[in-house]
Amino acid sequence: MIAQDLLAALQGVNSEVAERESADWPSFNCPIDSLVDVLRALRDNHGYDMLVDATGIDNGVEASPRFTAVYHLQSTANHVYVRVAADCADSENPVAPSVVDLWAGADWHERECYDLMGIKYENHPDLRRILMWDEYPYHPLRKDFPLAGHEGQLWDGEIAEVTGTGTIPAPMAGGPFVSSCSNFEADKEPRAKDESWNEKNEKPNG
Amino acid sequence: MATESKEYAMPDAGARAAQASEEFETEKLELSMGPSHPSTHGVLRLNLELDGEIIQKCDPVLGYLHRGDEKIAENMTYNQFVPYTDRLDYLAPLANNAIYAIAVEKLAGIEVPERCQSIRVITSEMARISSHLLGLGAYTMDVGALTVFMITFTEREHLYTLFEELTGARFTTSYSRIGGVTRDMPEGWTDKVLEFCTKFLPLLDDVESLLSRNRVFVDRTADIGVISKEDAIAYGLTGPNARASGIDVDLRRDNPYSGYEKYDFEVVLGENGDCYDRYTVRMEEMRQSVRIIRQAIAQLPEGPYRAEDAKKIILPHKDKTLTSMEELIQNFMITTEGPQIPAGEVYFEGEAPKGALGFFIHSKGGGVPYRMKIRGPSFCNLSILPKLCVGGMVSDIPAILGSFDFVMGECDR
Repeated sequence: MIAQDLLAALQGVNSEVAERESADWPSFNCPIDSLVDVLRALRDNHGYDMLVDATGIDNGVEASPRFTAVYHLQSTANHVYVRVAADCADSENPVAPSVVDLWAGADWHERECYDLMGIKYENHPDLRRILMWDEYPYHPLRKDFPLAGHEGQLWDGEIAEVTGTGTIPAPMAGGPFVSSCSNFEADKEPRAKDESWNEKNEKPNG
Repeated sequence: MATESKEYAMPDAGARAAQASEEFETEKLELSMGPSHPSTHGVLRLNLELDGEIIQKCDPVLGYLHRGDEKIAENMTYNQFVPYTDRLDYLAPLANNAIYAIAVEKLAGIEVPERCQSIRVITSEMARISSHLLGLGAYTMDVGALTVFMITFTEREHLYTLFEELTGARFTTSYSRIGGVTRDMPEGWTDKVLEFCTKFLPLLDDVESLLSRNRVFVDRTADIGVISKEDAIAYGLTGPNARASGIDVDLRRDNPYSGYEKYDFEVVLGENGDCYDRYTVRMEEMRQSVRIIRQAIAQLPEGPYRAEDAKKIILPHKDKTLTSMEELIQNFMITTEGPQIPAGEVYFEGEAPKGALGFFIHSKGGGVPYRMKIRGPSFCNLSILPKLCVGGMVSDIPAILGSFDFVMGECDR
């Protein structure tokens, strides 16, 4: 019931807002251009005054659109939630509008999503990495980033120079033995998550 | 007493500093506080820009404890991730276990039996007490009262003995499974919990008498780090920190899960949103937790402690797997492919000791989540620091950090 009323109201902001499949709270897909307007309408007209979470989903390397920005709002008076998702237009350089103007707390959420997922937030006052170090070249939560990690440089050049070491992929031999999330039965068969070396990718010397 | 401390209150000091900086040209000092300052619960570094003793800019540096939990979650089955939830808020693993399991159960659409719900409530509230005890001890130690730490730490040890008896581990309990808990409570365990509650309450009064009217403690915390209601909502503060600012939210009452609606308890609110209120809210919350534990034990239903009919989700009993073909296959499938959860999206928040711990699960079906976002309450609570610290003194930072009672395990994930 709430979902239908909200949908009608939000379609007044942008007619392309559509319902999104959800197992719990009202959930909407929204064109990314009017994301800020939709969120503002939810905050000002419908009492969803707290941004509890802002994150992103990588729909897979092949998927188009590849990245989806997801927001969860809560009403501190009525204790209900709503989820708003918006697909980023460009799969190579995903961009989403920043909502820091609406909620100051979005600052860190967006920095985290930029850091781990690589979604750039336009008009963010200070879009830096937050969990990884500033020079880190990858976005680890993207699906094409291996679980073991990449070989790379240490965050501190001085330490790297003295020790002569860098970051190395985690040894995955004997690691988790699980099925993957896939639509194909064959891929669902449980297997070891050993991405470090196999017949195709030989064990490096030393 | 609170009024007497006004003389040292921040606005005055700030105004004096502003006046001084107009008269004298002062040099700014950059100070890196941390990452292993004893007052930081975990490894947090603050890059401060100081004008004398006054903080002009505060830039928290996070990520020292980043382990990529969300990436790991995408690469293992739902049950395999339970031990990782221990390590989010490692001061209250039992609460994290329960909230994580409930989130996945919501997506799977299964109801756990009432006995399991009650067990989860009892353990979550015990975890809340143990977390608040440590938070309180560390907080008061930061502002110079060492005795309290000794008392609360000893008391926490009693709780950990009980946890060990129940789960087999003191710290990393991994007690929940999707669809239940690992084992039922041992015989006589609830009596020990009640005995703990009886001994604990007078001790809490002792601690309160050491602090609540303690001149040094009040001076260092009253009117320090004041968070307004509006700011608390804008920055997404939850849990005791939000309630200290007077926001009437408690997920146990507002969105009852695991049978919290059956219990009678009060949601404690603060008035000023300062460090002192955050202390009083936590003190009273522990008493309410004891109330909930007592009610839950008094009403404890008999019956199964896990959802036995969710065949594709919960592991069959061990004695059955060794004697029956059907259960053996089930055991193999659930262990290797994981509990079979339908496709869909779910966001569930529960009231963890530090605030609202949320799990957003995006599933494409099967035993492995496609994407799992963990909303750590400490992450959101800390995001107000750059605003809160500006204009304060360096010596307020231990009080502010202590009163926030954050833990970096769930902040950096």
